Amino acid sequence: MNARAEILDRIRSALRDAPAVPEVPRDYRRTSALGEEELIELLTDRLLDYKANVFVEDATAVPPRLAALLEGAGRYAVPHGLDQALFAEADAHDAGSRRVTDAPGHRLSVEDLDAVDAVVTGSAVAVAETGTIILDAGPDQGRRVISLVPDRHICMVRAGDITAILPEALGRLDATRPQTWISGPSATSDIELERVEGVHGPRTLDVVIVRG
Amino acid sequence: MSGTFLGMPSLPVFGIGNLHEHEPFPKAAHRELGNTQLRANLGHATRTIRNKRLAVVSELPDWEELREAGRAIKESVMARLPELLEQFEANFTARGGTIHWARDAGEANRIVAALIRDQGADEVVKVKSMATQEIGLNEYLEEQGIAAFETDLAELIVQLDHDKPSHILVPAIHKNRSQVRDIFLREIEGVDPDLTDEPARLAAAARAHLRRKFLSAKVAVSGANFALADSGTLAVVESEGNGRMCLTLPETLITVMGVEKLLPAWEDLEVFMQLLPRSSTGERMNPYTSLWTGVTPDDGPQNVHLVLLDNGRSAALADEMGRSALHCIRCSACMNVCPVYERTGGHAYGSTYPGPIGAILSPLLTGITAEENNSLPYASSLCGACYDACPVKINIPDILVHLRGEDVDSKRGKGGKRGRERLPSQMDLGMKAASWALSSGKNLGLVEKGLPLGRLAAGPDRKITKLPGIAAGWTQSRDIPAPPAQSFRQWWDKEHQAQAAPTAPTGTEAAGTGDAGTGSAGTEENP
Repeated sequence: MNARAEILDRIRSALRDAPAVPEVPRDYRRTSALGEEELIELLTDRLLDYKANVFVEDATAVPPRLAALLEGAGRYAVPHGLDQALFAEADAHDAGSRRVTDAPGHRLSVEDLDAVDAVVTGSAVAVAETGTIILDAGPDQGRRVISLVPDRHICMVRAGDITAILPEALGRLDATRPQTWISGPSATSDIELERVEGVHGPRTLDVVIVRG
Repeated sequence: MSGTFLGMPSLPVFGIGNLHEHEPFPKAAHRELGNTQLRANLGHATRTIRNKRLAVVSELPDWEELREAGRAIKESVMARLPELLEQFEANFTARGGTIHWARDAGEANRIVAALIRDQGADEVVKVKSMATQEIGLNEYLEEQGIAAFETDLAELIVQLDHDKPSHILVPAIHKNRSQVRDIFLREIEGVDPDLTDEPARLAAAARAHLRRKFLSAKVAVSGANFALADSGTLAVVESEGNGRMCLTLPETLITVMGVEKLLPAWEDLEVFMQLLPRSSTGERMNPYTSLWTGVTPDDGPQNVHLVLLDNGRSAALADEMGRSALHCIRCSACMNVCPVYERTGGHAYGSTYPGPIGAILSPLLTGITAEENNSLPYASSLCGACYDACPVKINIPDILVHLRGEDVDSKRGKGGKRGRERLPSQMDLGMKAASWALSSGKNLGLVEKGLPLGRLAAGPDRKITKLPGIAAGWTQSRDIPAPPAQSFRQWWDKEHQAQAAPTAPTGTEAAGTGDAGTGSAGTEENP
């Protein structure tokens, strides 16, 4: 008998008492009723607790904010689906020469990504209560690797994509897309359980929450 | 395919690998307790994490509802396991992944080594994984000439120090910062000789040390926290980004996962991703969680494998009283609240799985008679703190008691030396004697006549410091006070014979006891 058949046989044999399949009580919170301003406030509070930097901006203020964040940075990476207009202000200084784009047919190598100072991406959905931003490799977020290798991640979150609790967020996602859930910059508590921000993933996380 | 089992029931097939206590737990515990540095480090660490956990758990108004949902989901997974495994396999395979089945640790190790060799690789990067620890993968790969680099900071510390993990979440919990600095200075080539013991500096040294490895690795090996049957999705929960590196950069990804890790559906993840981070690191959410479903063209590893591991899980599942130990999501909350673990540390348990969950899981996976695993269910005061802390409500104390029973049963009729196995054991004889003595008042009365003998044995200091035979375990760390001169029943009989002339205080005298200064005069007869 091959391993698959044998293991399944062992398991069926183990279950020969035919244990009942219980009903799953879902009495925990699955929806919430927070308004947009409350959601922004809660998400901001949680992200600051994780030592992320948070900027809340109206849509029109995003290009100057990005320009300010990228000031002093060298080259930065972006996914091909990110709206180029967001960089209008940043481009005014350098005509876009610092920006490298990861696009189908024109992929940035790991070495390219290791050499940039930052990456700018969008996001799919966020969870205010836990300070979590979820990327699902959509066109404005790009391949998983681009938000991983650069040492600084500038991530934009649309206010309308903020949910209060995790069950609401999962309802907006497709399980089969590659996902990265991000709650603050990389961190470790491995030495005496003291939290230290910044290990292998981006050591700086800048979050721009975009109103409207 | 997944209907009721109709074949011949097979005997449980137990697991092998790093699941064994090699010496009786009390002996191992005694040695570990002598290490005062270890006790100080553990006391500090477990206290810190207990407080963090309590703070974030009390924030949620629906924590108990989440626990109850988690328990029910896991129970339904166990009841439907064959069907869910087949569903998961179909979905994972349809999305370009390859599934391998491993009956035990040895088979899993051989599969992983062959997959690595297929890629022409002689080194791999690894994400912290309990399953690969359990099967001894690193040791096996080393024998095969393949170097496995642990990338989780704590695992790296343990690996560099040629030590063993002592906690499933923070494997280097037994080491403090200055010990970690000394290990780094000694073992990492080219490390800054002025390295301080600041955790941030130590983390930066680990980043620099592993960076090249990550960027050039061809093959990664991981475990998995969850697998979703309805989509074929795998999830890894981590903090440092070493997991993302391993799951994203190499061309080949090999994941080793126990068959019990399944969840039926996507919506079940919303329960477990609320329970796990708060229970394990005491955070509202861990910094990074990665989810992947087979192969995503142009994004991440294009050669994706999953090894589904039995290694005793089917045997644990066959134990109706013990099967809920398989609900464990490896959060480690039970360790952090356990008064025994807090003092002995993880090494005393021998197995990959220490603490309260290890004390039930290890013997369930290996069988109660394997090596010294029968001593593990006694590594508990049955205080129940683990049950309260468990995010999926595993009733660890009940299973501990059940396994103690299994242990006693396994020794029944094994009192003699080899070849004379039918002789009753000391335990059998003791139980038989107790059953006779307690079966009638007359019998008990006869036994009580022996009390003065006990007083004689206690001697002038009125303490019994050493009992013979299996009772010696009781007196190993405590004395027994000398038995009273008479039993309660003997006292009662005498007292009631004397009832003819009542000596109880009168109401007036009793009222006098309220006066200041008279103390408890007249109350000496109160029970």
